[in-house]
Amino acid sequence: MRVLKEDPEALLSRFAAFESGLNGAKTAWAHELRRAGLGHARELGIPTTRNEEWRYTNVARLAKDAFELAAPAPVAPEALKPFGFSGLGGPRLVFVNGHFDAQLSSAGELPKGVVAESLKARIAAGDARVQAHLGRYARQAEHPFVALNTAFLLDGAFVFVPKGVQAEAPIHLLFVTTESAAPAVSHPRNLLVFEDGARAQVVEHYAGLSGGAYFTNAVTEAAVGAGANVDHTKLQQESLEATHIASAEIRLARDARYANHSISLGGKLTRNDVNAKLDGERVECTVNGFYIANAAQHVDNHTIVDHAQPHGRSYEVYKGVMDDEAVAVFNGKIFVRPGAQKTDAKQDNKHLLLSRAAEVQTKPQLEIFADDVKCTHGATVGQLDKNALFYLRARGIGRGEALRLLTLAFAEDVLKEIGHEALRADVAERVHRRMEATTALRSGA
Amino acid sequence: MLEIKNLQARIEGKQILKGLDLTINAGEVHAIMGPNGSGKSTLAQVLCGREEYEVTGGSATYLGKDLLELAPEERARAGVFLAFQYPVEIPGVGNTYFLRTALNAIRAHRGEEELDAMDFLELTRKKMKLLKMDESLLKRSVNEGFSGGEKKRNEIFQMAVLEPKLAILDETDSGLDIDALKIVADGVNSLRAPDRAILVVTHYQRLLDYIVPDFVHVLYQGRIIRSGGKELALELEAKGYADVEEQTAKAGG
Repeated sequence: MRVLKEDPEALLSRFAAFESGLNGAKTAWAHELRRAGLGHARELGIPTTRNEEWRYTNVARLAKDAFELAAPAPVAPEALKPFGFSGLGGPRLVFVNGHFDAQLSSAGELPKGVVAESLKARIAAGDARVQAHLGRYARQAEHPFVALNTAFLLDGAFVFVPKGVQAEAPIHLLFVTTESAAPAVSHPRNLLVFEDGARAQVVEHYAGLSGGAYFTNAVTEAAVGAGANVDHTKLQQESLEATHIASAEIRLARDARYANHSISLGGKLTRNDVNAKLDGERVECTVNGFYIANAAQHVDNHTIVDHAQPHGRSYEVYKGVMDDEAVAVFNGKIFVRPGAQKTDAKQDNKHLLLSRAAEVQTKPQLEIFADDVKCTHGATVGQLDKNALFYLRARGIGRGEALRLLTLAFAEDVLKEIGHEALRADVAERVHRRMEATTALRSGA
Repeated sequence: MLEIKNLQARIEGKQILKGLDLTINAGEVHAIMGPNGSGKSTLAQVLCGREEYEVTGGSATYLGKDLLELAPEERARAGVFLAFQYPVEIPGVGNTYFLRTALNAIRAHRGEEELDAMDFLELTRKKMKLLKMDESLLKRSVNEGFSGGEKKRNEIFQMAVLEPKLAILDETDSGLDIDALKIVADGVNSLRAPDRAILVVTHYQRLLDYIVPDFVHVLYQGRIIRSGGKELALELEAKGYADVEEQTAKAGG
């Protein structure tokens, strides 16, 4: 495989600078993990479009632009208002340019034993639970940007829900990026550990506080214990000039129920990898996504649902609304390993085209090595129903609002699965507002 | 209220309306009858602004305004209502939210305040009783999974909530059994008012037993060939369209 080698000197010197800045945070085992990540990053380089996994998403620019590591910056609490959720009642952890900001964060209400803290702080405190899980699931040896994230691993959220504990209030993890003189990169790293029978809801939220160019390269690892029930929402509201690359690696033990809702509204270039491994019997897993893209936005979603054990059920719906010259890429892999009998897997990818110039590349990829399984997949590209549009207008609803209502209805399959009612309503509201900024859906259109 | 002069319209290059004249005053109920393909539904769709139909000549003046110039939503806000022959199912758009958005758009146009969720609920409860509709239908998506009869009742229910000045009922009787037909007709009759006009488009005379019109017009090949009182509908029912057409041709020739 041909790769673009980032200038090795530049990568090494950046790492050296990062390393010297770590000072006391250079816990030995964590630093070993970073050094291993650096090794992989040097080997893997920045992928070109000759790499099958990056065929339709060109990230060559990232090798050319010298992104400096983003530094902490002061942020006024009011600046976060647009990214707050009302009625959740849980804690909020705020990270500014990848660095935990205790001032902006709030504790919220959590049952005893539940942890929602800065990963950096937990590493420094020598938390054995962090050491036991961090770097165990993410594909730093295979995914170039996971490798890079691991090399520059510094901070992010550590969430831990002990055995049998029900943490009802959603835990809000908010990553904001501020305006900077030169394009900056942050590498948020999250670790979510849910013990057997735990119940929790987590919102991973990325937002730009300026309209400028920057690069967020996030990695989230989640270990979901036997019989645990986890609802995981990722909301991406980056600046429209930003590059957002995020990987989630989820490990599911027997009888676990897990749902991932990936909502992408911002970013000039977005690449999400969501990989869920059903690593025990009778796991029920939902992997959903919704995105809106317009202008020259590019949004790429790669998912892997890996049925490694029998009697697993997985449901996947990815839906995209495409306007102007936006490009969407979807690659959905479903693996059914030998012995994973009675697997029931469904995958669906639907696009709504609002412009003739928008482009969609969709590829379901099923690899099935067991014989007693049910796997279905489908992909459609369509336009808004003209009859429905006329019906709404004939009742007095303006064209723009009618288009937005129909588009929101298109998103409903994905949004309705978000477990927490107030969160679901809030996300739907943000999706609705995002529509105002697209050419075809804005008021008066 | 509505004055149509020499209206001509086509769809996909095919001329359907070939010079139609019709005047409707406030308080009147008009019925347009005609065989399949005569242009009944085209007239209804053109009056409500369906963009697929191209108006190639003539005029339609509604309350002194050029109706054909207005966008579909502007016509609705000005008080024109179409009860669809085939109400559209819209999965994912809630019936309540849809109707409240529509009502508030119309109220805003009239310079009235928006109705909040509570007031709206009270209003809809009252109107649903009128159509003997199950309240659970409001919680569903627009027309989704409704039976044929429920869809038609839902159209008249919407009419009752939106209180139009000019209501156009396009084949509202099609697909209704006799009980549902009575309920729908009762609903429409309860909306008859001195300041409201109703245009009933239908193939069969049956509906007109229950919604008794003041005037009946026969539409044939894109023109109104005969107009009369309610007894004209009975004549059509007895003799058929072909006979009426023949007599009209003779009388005219």
